[in-house]
Amino acid sequence: MPVNSILGMFAKSPIRPIQLHMDKVCLCSDLLLSFFEASSKNDWVKADKIRNDISQYEKQADELKRELRLALPKGLFMPIDRADLLELVNRQDKIANTAKDIAGRTFGRHLQIPEEIQSDFMTYIQRSLDAIHQAKNAISELDELLETGFKGREVDSVTKMIEKLESIEDHTDSLQIKLRQDLLSVEDNYKPVDVMFLYKILEWVGSLADHSELIGTQLELILARS
Amino acid sequence: MDILNTYGSTLILFAGIVGFLMAWGIGANDVANAMGTSVGSKALTIKQAIIIAMIFEFTGAYLAGGEVTSTIRKGIIDASYFIDQPELLVYGMTAALLAAGLWLIIASYYGWPVSTTHSIVGAIVGFSAVGVGVDSVTWSKVVGIVGSWVVTPLISGVIAYMIFMSSQKLIFNTKDPIKNAKRYVPFYMFLAGFILSLVTITKGLKHVGLHFSTVEAAILAVLIGIIVAVIGKIFINRVKIDPEADKEMHFSNVEKIFAVLMVITACAMAFAHGSNDVANAIGPLAAVVNIVHNDGQISAQAALAWWILPLGGIGIVLGLAIFGKRVMATIGQGITHLTPSRGFAAELAAASTVVIASGTGLPISTTQTLVGAVLGVGMARGIAALNLGVIRNIVISWVITLPIGATLAIIFFYMLKAIFS
Repeated sequence: MPVNSILGMFAKSPIRPIQLHMDKVCLCSDLLLSFFEASSKNDWVKADKIRNDISQYEKQADELKRELRLALPKGLFMPIDRADLLELVNRQDKIANTAKDIAGRTFGRHLQIPEEIQSDFMTYIQRSLDAIHQAKNAISELDELLETGFKGREVDSVTKMIEKLESIEDHTDSLQIKLRQDLLSVEDNYKPVDVMFLYKILEWVGSLADHSELIGTQLELILARS
Repeated sequence: MDILNTYGSTLILFAGIVGFLMAWGIGANDVANAMGTSVGSKALTIKQAIIIAMIFEFTGAYLAGGEVTSTIRKGIIDASYFIDQPELLVYGMTAALLAAGLWLIIASYYGWPVSTTHSIVGAIVGFSAVGVGVDSVTWSKVVGIVGSWVVTPLISGVIAYMIFMSSQKLIFNTKDPIKNAKRYVPFYMFLAGFILSLVTITKGLKHVGLHFSTVEAAILAVLIGIIVAVIGKIFINRVKIDPEADKEMHFSNVEKIFAVLMVITACAMAFAHGSNDVANAIGPLAAVVNIVHNDGQISAQAALAWWILPLGGIGIVLGLAIFGKRVMATIGQGITHLTPSRGFAAELAAASTVVIASGTGLPISTTQTLVGAVLGVGMARGIAALNLGVIRNIVISWVITLPIGATLAIIFFYMLKAIFS
């Protein structure tokens, strides 16, 4: 006897899957730190292992993204616009993709960060990861936002988080400018092709923070529409 | 007349059995809709839900079911058309019960969430309009009933929206939600106790032999509301506030307090469901018993036979005791993304609307009212995702139920007529 119940009208909440996806994205990009530590010590065996982990996490994040899309058919009545949610996940996903590209490219060329900018570079990575974590913190507030009907104090506290996220992103921008200048002053000592890729890596690491900031912007947009 | 004299007790027995089975079916199926939100939000275990449903469905049916029963019994059809041939009304009401019961079974088999109210009203209108004559239906009353099916979900939706918004303002959007939850949740409990007891006292206690003036009723209702709130407060104070849980989710302790409230709204929901839906099973039965006992005279004034309301109540209770558990178990397994703070708003709004409608004698659909209430909370951006496709199907099944109930009733009506004449 099938059950005739009105509970069928409650669809699966997309909020938890979005948070799970973001958690996975965070796990994935966090590995970059140990990846670059290993590569700076020329330990390419370990670096390869970490690169492999990063790409595994990226795959899992893709899988979560696919599940989430399937759970978001048309005809759902939600407090957040469906298109906004899908955009949010796309932006989260770009972070994992970028992390995978950074590790892949660096390992593929056995690219080493020049001694002169090594410590600044690690700070730069750390700050970009901070931006991702801040975006994750904001995303983890989604269920609280739902509890409060996307109004009031909770909105204020998320807005503050997004402001902090923006200031972290600003910091990574200035770090990137400094790193470029420092690299420019020592670039003649290294292979030109390597240097070209180093600039590319700097750009990509910066885009980790950029994408995080875009998550914040998207959240702001969602809150503004309420 | 002869037919009624000869087959009188047979007819009563037959109608009694069919009515009892119908009540049984209402208990087995509808309980999922009435109690599902409480079980789904994990405020109650299945066992607790069944026990609450058994107690409150019965008291609701017994204490507040009379008004709707009389509408079903004599409000839809103009009795003057049956004075010369009262046996037609007996066949018709029995046919309506058979039709609604059969449709309920078929719908349950396929898992369509139909409304028992819609099927019985459709069936009664059907046999009367086709079997006797279009004029024999009190169309003004029918229009009122069908109109109420549009209005009540709307009303309960608006009430749910307001209750939810008030809980947001008083509790969630404040500096200390836990403190405010402890302070304000008893007020909602008071509200639930007050509305339920007010309707019961003014409408239901007459046939138990208790009479109160309006003022007395209001005072008594306030007292009962306060008692409910005080008991609720005691339980709220016992809720263990776990600061660890709030690290993951800021409002998990607040939700625990709302879960206590949800126990009370679940009682209200069961009570409301019993008070409204028992009539679907016993209204036609009451009409049959009435005619046979009065030797074919159709008197509009006659009181309800004493055993009819309890029979319906027991039918519902047995239905949910025997089958309800299985129905609930399926619900318990499904993950419902409904937190107690949302569930209570929907349930309180739906229960209040249903109980008030029952008090005015309107046979409305409990499920429909609850769907309206849930949509109201959704409008207030309180629910993560609602399946509009499913809601559309539910609405379609309600509309389809009317012609099907009518058609089945017409078929059974002519069959019974052929058998007994």
